[in-house]
Amino acid sequence: MRGHNCCNDYTRSQLLRSAAAEAGRGLPAIEVGMPEPAGTGLSRRSFLSWSAGLALAVYGASKIPLAALEEGIAQAAASDKILVSVFFDGGIDALSVLAPTGDPRYSQLRPNLALAPDAGTEFAEDPALRWHPSAAGLATLHEEGKVSAFPAIGYDHPDQSHFTSRHYYEIGELDVGFHTGWLGRYLDQVGDEDNPLQGLSMDGSLSPMIATAERPVAAIDSVDGYDLYSRVDQPISDEMYKSFARFGSLPSDSAGLSQVRRATAQTDKLRTDLGGLGDFTSLVTYPTTSFSHKLAGLAAFIDAGLPMRVVTIRAAGGYDTHADEAEDLSRGLQETCEGILAFQRDLEARGLADRVLIQMWSEFGRRPEENGSLGTDHGAAGCAFVVGSKAKGEMVGEFPGLAQLDGNDNVRVTSDFRAMYCSLLEQWLGHDAASVIPGASSFQRPVLVKA
Amino acid sequence: MANPTATASASKPKRHGRHRHKHAWKDKHYRWVPDGECGWRVQGYVVRHKHKPRRGHHRGPGPRPADRCAPAVAVDRDPRPAGAYQGPFGAAQAKRLLDRAGFGAVPGQAEQLATLGLVGAVQSLTRPSGGAALHGPGPVDDDNNPIAPADAYGHDHLWFLDRMVRSDQPLVERMALVFHDWFATSNAGVSRQQQMIDQSNLFRSACFASFLDLFRAVTVNPAMLQWLNGAENTKQAPNENYGREMMELFSLGADRGAYTEDDIREQARALTGWDYEWSNELGAHNFHFDPKRHDTGTKTVFGRSGNWGWEDSCRLCVEHPLHPSFFVEKLWSYFLPQPPSAGVRSGLENTYRGSGWAIRPVLEAILLSPDLYEGPPMVKPPVVQLASMLRSVGRGVDTEAWTWLCEEAGQQLFWPPNVSGWDDSRWLDTSRLRARWNTVDYVLDSISVNAWSDSYSSTETAEEALARALASWGSPALRDEHRAELLDFAQRSEKLATAKWQQGPYRALRQNALLQLIGVSPDLILQ
Repeated sequence: MRGHNCCNDYTRSQLLRSAAAEAGRGLPAIEVGMPEPAGTGLSRRSFLSWSAGLALAVYGASKIPLAALEEGIAQAAASDKILVSVFFDGGIDALSVLAPTGDPRYSQLRPNLALAPDAGTEFAEDPALRWHPSAAGLATLHEEGKVSAFPAIGYDHPDQSHFTSRHYYEIGELDVGFHTGWLGRYLDQVGDEDNPLQGLSMDGSLSPMIATAERPVAAIDSVDGYDLYSRVDQPISDEMYKSFARFGSLPSDSAGLSQVRRATAQTDKLRTDLGGLGDFTSLVTYPTTSFSHKLAGLAAFIDAGLPMRVVTIRAAGGYDTHADEAEDLSRGLQETCEGILAFQRDLEARGLADRVLIQMWSEFGRRPEENGSLGTDHGAAGCAFVVGSKAKGEMVGEFPGLAQLDGNDNVRVTSDFRAMYCSLLEQWLGHDAASVIPGASSFQRPVLVKA
Repeated sequence: MANPTATASASKPKRHGRHRHKHAWKDKHYRWVPDGECGWRVQGYVVRHKHKPRRGHHRGPGPRPADRCAPAVAVDRDPRPAGAYQGPFGAAQAKRLLDRAGFGAVPGQAEQLATLGLVGAVQSLTRPSGGAALHGPGPVDDDNNPIAPADAYGHDHLWFLDRMVRSDQPLVERMALVFHDWFATSNAGVSRQQQMIDQSNLFRSACFASFLDLFRAVTVNPAMLQWLNGAENTKQAPNENYGREMMELFSLGADRGAYTEDDIREQARALTGWDYEWSNELGAHNFHFDPKRHDTGTKTVFGRSGNWGWEDSCRLCVEHPLHPSFFVEKLWSYFLPQPPSAGVRSGLENTYRGSGWAIRPVLEAILLSPDLYEGPPMVKPPVVQLASMLRSVGRGVDTEAWTWLCEEAGQQLFWPPNVSGWDDSRWLDTSRLRARWNTVDYVLDSISVNAWSDSYSSTETAEEALARALASWGSPALRDEHRAELLDFAQRSEKLATAKWQQGPYRALRQNALLQLIGVSPDLILQ
């Protein structure tokens, strides 16, 4: 499988790119309690014209006419509960996020990278652990009882390939043969036939987590503008676009041709939906990063009643920190956690916080012993978090300590990611996990959701 | 060794929000364009200067470039080998060969290549003699200055694109692109663009010979040593990054049972010893092997023990029984949309093993295979489509827009998304197709007509309009249903011109619309 971020110094490129993308953008900053400017509200119907501005890419909907999607989105029941999955790409160093400063071996294994014993804030549920200063946003929510932490999550016989391990997490099974994601299978069972927003990736292309077998899902590139510029003026341009659309609807005799046709049809569909809506508004001030901007858009979409069930988004930064870990990790982590905190506050201000649960994960943790490049290599147990007003707020699986490591000198696993999935399905989404996660009955269900 | 903070060689300029500058000084320039044969003719075109141009500044066309193609020498190198495509080899087949093994045909090139016969045509690509020649005007930036590939952000992309457009050894450029994806390295982790360009030139020089030699050269290539931390991998503190990816992505593949986690650790030990120096002026430089950093102990890789070093590390991968199947399938995937049959694959593996891991024999067998000429089309990567379009309209690299347009279409050269390269299954979605649409609009700058001058024909028929538009695009072959749709469009448009004053201008608009539609038709997106 290709197309994953792996083993590069991703952060710098992203910074370069996001710096360019952010230049000149001012976010709509509205303090809590200020009246909303007239005419900026986003309705369910107006989303369709806006969807052009979202560069909506629809997957798995080839069997139904595109017009039906519009109707489907307009008609679909808004889901009561939404799960937002945030992916730390590259294998985030759990021993930095929740640093075991109280463990005597920590500073031995990490002579250069160990967090200072007084850095960040104490993790109240286990005084041996401290939150990384850049994770302050999460620490704040944890104090409020809105974060369930998994300090050593993983699975037996951990695989240390980014691609393989991430694939396991995406499909919810230790098997490389699956073609649907764990949330995709959920959507196949509960989703609508004509509502692609029910599974939404906010990273331009579809997350394999929500890859379905039957039901349509979608990806968006940005939460901002879209058009299809041409030097050709009306009325000739109307006929031109009509012919462009027909390129998309003619029959195909090969996979390549049908791929072009599908993309052509969808592109023209978006163009016709172009509506000229202005910016959405937020009830809180978000950091001016592209990750936060997407979350700000997401909060506005949820508020508009868009019929989403599961949403995926990549965390800011890249976490494959083989070298120069301290700087890269803290920059990405801070952007991510500040964004999550602002998103939570926005949801609270909008009265939506009881409807949204955030799950944060990575494909693995990193080796306890630092390498010679001021970085760390691929490890085993990592960290995960479930965040939200309805999160139970209790640690799942203890931190196993560094005195005894696994056979590869990695942190031992004290919770299984599939158990987390089972609990999220049953306690949050109200769905039988056995129909989604193979071998679900063999996992204990940690309590992740407040009664 | 200090741990340097790599920075890009130049900061990225602010992207244009819209598609062109609102205010521009329009200025007539002259350039050489293909004359339809092998030579050149002068063409006038309008340049939109961002700043008021100086009086008397160079407006072209400059000295006449060398002819673009040598007259074909007919060599009868058929009959074809067993297993090769046995059908007719005419212009259509030669066009497909040039599409897949190069960047499309300039007008007349496919017909000429067809005269060589299948085997001769393939060998003319796989066995070029001497160095490549670049024909036509050299690459310039938006201000008409020569590009600065090593120094200016995005100009490395323009440099490679220019070679795709102008080199008379197109397959060498295509293979440089293949290996750029295969050993995907990015500016994101490399201190200087020149090091990326050097790596690209390594691919050019080694793309047909021994894969083992190439693999070894890449392993200690300065860009790669930075990208996957090879120079930070020492006896005292092994860094497994390269040791893992060299097997997973470059030579053996994941999840095939080819190697274990222990093999990765042992490979990392074998690879220890490389180092470089750092200065703010030069970035990472003076890459060298330092025996003091090398682990001289015994390593056991794939069950074979010895005091292995980095050259052994590569050799052990290539000698692994699962390497040939990985190699031939991966190479095949760059040229054909569906995997080879088991029989074809095992034949290719035998060829590869029998040649001592030489790339050229496998490549030639792939380019001769019936699947290439009879099988389904595949989607062109964005830069391949752009280079092909520029060649077909006789244009070169004359704007920096080609960089950000390709980035939006998903393929900025020297910035692959990650170490596994570009994902060929994701070239087309609504945002990337939109970027291809915009790219076509930029290409039209040199072939579109002035829609609001009085000079456009007020009597041009639909058929004439389509013929003119196709000629501007270098006469690409269209599927029948697309030709029919374009003709239908031309007729519908003509009916909209009811008033006398509309006859000329509407036809000019129609012409530009036809040019746009051809550029975004499946015929130009597919190869």
